[in-house]
Amino acid sequence: MTANEWLPLAVLASSLLPGLVIFALPEGWIALRTALNLFGAIAKLALVAVLLAGVSAGEEYGVRFAVLPGLDLAFKADALGLLFVSLSAVLWLFTTLYAIGYLEGAPHRSRFFGFFSLCVTATIGIAMAANLFTFFIFYELLTLSTFPLVVHRGTDKAMRGGTIYLAYTLIGGTALLTGIVWLHHLLGHTEFAHAGIAAALGPEYAGQLQIIFLLLIAGVGVKAAIVPLHGWLPQAMVAPAPVSALLHAVAVVKAGAFGIVRIVYEVYGIEFAQSLEVLLPLAVFAAVTIVWGSFRALFQDDLKKRLAFSTVSQVSYIVLGVALFGPLGTIGGLVHLVHQGIMKITLFFCAGNYAETLGIHKVSEMNGAGRRMPLTTLAFSIGALGMMGAPLTAGAISKAWLSDGAAAAGMDWAIWVLWTSSLLNAAYFLPILWRAWFRSAPAAWPEERIAARGRRETAWLLLLPPLVTAAMTLAAAMLAESPGSPLEWAKLIAEREYRQGVTLP
Amino acid sequence: MIWLIVLPLVWASLAFILGPGRGKWLAIGGLALQTVLAFDLATKIGAGGTAVGHLVGGWGAPLGIDLAADGLSAAMLLLTQCIALPLAVYASAYYKRDDAAGSYFWPLAGFLIAGLNALFLSADLFNIYVTLELLGLAAVGLVAAGGGAQQVAAALRYLFATLVGSALYLLGVALIYGAYGTVSISVLTPLVTSEAPRLVWIAGGLMLIGLMLKTALWPFHFWLPPAHGGAPAPVSALLSALVVKASFYLILRLWIGPFAPLIAAAEWLAWLPAALGTLAIFWGSWQAIRAERLKMLIAYSTVAQLGYLFLIFPLLAGAGAIQAGVMQVFAHGLAKAAIFAAAGVLIKATGQDTIAGLAGAVNRVPLTLFTFGLAGMTLMGLPPSSGFLAKWQIIEAALAQGHWPLAVIVLAGGLLAAVYVFRVLRQAFLLAPRNEEATAVSPLLEWPAFVLAAASILLGLRGVELMQLVGIVA
Repeated sequence: MTANEWLPLAVLASSLLPGLVIFALPEGWIALRTALNLFGAIAKLALVAVLLAGVSAGEEYGVRFAVLPGLDLAFKADALGLLFVSLSAVLWLFTTLYAIGYLEGAPHRSRFFGFFSLCVTATIGIAMAANLFTFFIFYELLTLSTFPLVVHRGTDKAMRGGTIYLAYTLIGGTALLTGIVWLHHLLGHTEFAHAGIAAALGPEYAGQLQIIFLLLIAGVGVKAAIVPLHGWLPQAMVAPAPVSALLHAVAVVKAGAFGIVRIVYEVYGIEFAQSLEVLLPLAVFAAVTIVWGSFRALFQDDLKKRLAFSTVSQVSYIVLGVALFGPLGTIGGLVHLVHQGIMKITLFFCAGNYAETLGIHKVSEMNGAGRRMPLTTLAFSIGALGMMGAPLTAGAISKAWLSDGAAAAGMDWAIWVLWTSSLLNAAYFLPILWRAWFRSAPAAWPEERIAARGRRETAWLLLLPPLVTAAMTLAAAMLAESPGSPLEWAKLIAEREYRQGVTLP
Repeated sequence: MIWLIVLPLVWASLAFILGPGRGKWLAIGGLALQTVLAFDLATKIGAGGTAVGHLVGGWGAPLGIDLAADGLSAAMLLLTQCIALPLAVYASAYYKRDDAAGSYFWPLAGFLIAGLNALFLSADLFNIYVTLELLGLAAVGLVAAGGGAQQVAAALRYLFATLVGSALYLLGVALIYGAYGTVSISVLTPLVTSEAPRLVWIAGGLMLIGLMLKTALWPFHFWLPPAHGGAPAPVSALLSALVVKASFYLILRLWIGPFAPLIAAAEWLAWLPAALGTLAIFWGSWQAIRAERLKMLIAYSTVAQLGYLFLIFPLLAGAGAIQAGVMQVFAHGLAKAAIFAAAGVLIKATGQDTIAGLAGAVNRVPLTLFTFGLAGMTLMGLPPSSGFLAKWQIIEAALAQGHWPLAVIVLAGGLLAAVYVFRVLRQAFLLAPRNEEATAVSPLLEWPAFVLAAASILLGLRGVELMQLVGIVA
């Protein structure tokens, strides 16, 4: 086996193997468990760095195994896959650090970190799948490995959330499977390829291909929380904060959005999808989701629920970018895949900090939180401003490219959608910031668990991750034009996905 | 090849002579040896690409007993030994030294395995009848060994079903012998044509109904839930994973063998088992969703999962249907053995057989819950698992031949399975009342179950060799 074959497998193994060992560890072996977690996360980052360097130099990484005659389990680490792999690997490290701090002293940590690692493994598998069959295997594995995390607390409320999550995702998975087998039956394979594979079928298959597109997108759309398939996401908020962070920024919703990218670009091909007239309906659904999610967020007093509806809205930016026919929209959508991840994970880390430190769960309890926890609130403010698309944040870059993409595609209404959403974002984020910074604190916090000591407003492991991801939010914008930034990488992908060479501004 | 039949007979007899509750090491040793033999046979057939035969005592048909093995039988033999070995380890820890329920487990299990192996190797219809009776009586004995009034009632019901099934089968064999003067499958196959006399049709029908009764296909499933749900866990596992598969194997063997010309003459016939299979999937799943006792839930799940096996009959005309069926046999065999074994652990750990009593079990026996989850994945047909591959193959074959309703049934069945599997898992994750004393559970109970479940998952990542082996049909 050559290095180009085992490297993708090593990236998978760097979270799978520690995860399996962690399951077997007794609860009390904290040091070894922590060491394994961090070793896996850092090893993964190192491997991903090697892959990134290789792919930008034109190397190709891939490996395949026959599962059944004519059916392969296949992986490839291409530019698009690596975008998602790098996002997951980086945020996994910080979420792990955060979770170690968050769960200090909590029961069942071996189980938690075991499934946590499985969940990341599934995400990496989704990113590097080279055909729909492999994609589906890891997509369902993700459902199964996140269920124990969602119901981790074991309360009735957690169970209800978990059951709703399962009902949505398993039915979605069935739709996806139907589409995949159908396509496999028509084509004889489901390999991802630049410019798609579905165009190989004659025009007499157009009707069937449209139905398959609907099935596939509905299947991944459940995880991407496209309205009306988004009902599970606010319910899954019962999970512990690190899980919500992972669900919203890295694993579940991103897996859905990433699936849409793969299906549109590498199964159907953007040009063929346009000729099938399936992109406009997709764009309309995305637009409805963007506005509806923001609108619903306005009325949530529960902080995590407000963030959840915000996720519903923001993930569909990615979908909208994909559905806009043209390289500018593609770049906007892809770059938002990364930007939304770092911004949203910051917000969830901060929400977890408020809850753990002061017992704040509601927006109405946020008065004066900025003075008690200035650093956390600073990170929260950067994340929130990014979501609104304020200048100098990653969100501004995404929105600029998406708007340009909409204009280039001749879909001016999409620009209005983006602006409406920005206004709504401001309407539900600014009051939080106002309360936190400018209102005076109550006499007593709802439940103060971690006392402030000098400049340390809460535990270091809780404070560090949001500060780093907030810094990344700023860096992604200020260094957007420098090599290695998410934006430059998205441009690289767009160049490879459009059949005719595109000229980029 | 003959040793696969002789060995279990030897250790079963020795265990009987040694007395109640003894002989477990003999059994485990014998099964380990049999597993090696079955692997050897499978690799030989796989490498040679042809079926192999053996004449017992050097006498051929019509006087002697012929044994024959092709890829299909080699696969079934392999599955039988691979499931029986971990279950034997499990059973050795399950029965206490002076447990009355376990007195005759080892001899009966030995005869059961011998019956299964002989059935897969037999090449004539009458010998198959003998193996069916051996199998049925050993199985009834195992169910009755539980000792309680309920178990005895279940065993009697099972006895009735299995005897009627064998009688119908024997009647069919007698009619065939009357018509053609032979019971050897290989001699019979060229003789039966689509213009066969009506008696042959009746014979085929009787044999089919008898075997469906033994396979517990809906509506003949009435005996299965009390028998499988009431027996001790190792017995339930053996029965659900292997015994019902034997009669399915026979139906398949006869369907594609001697009776193929009859079925080709009346294609609608293939939809009969498929229709019953569909009803089995929905009825079995529904009953599993409503069940209150854990083992009843699993037993009804068997009723449902057997239904999938019968969906392949309309697809046998095209490629890949036999492979899909065998994959489902493997998937369900491994997963159901694992899940019944896991249920046995759960019942020991919580002291009760209700689903409500499982609250918080995940904190007491995490490995067993993990086992349950893995085996559940196979039953739901979620990837990566052999159950997923089985479903994939059925759906693909159905689409290739334009029978898309079968694909819809398979997909709907998977969702129903998810409902009953997660009913259990969900309960196990609930916060437990902390006052209960946790009963310690032997690792010899937990690990064999885990090995079986892991096998059902790993087969889902590499099924190529098995599918090639099954492709070699005599």
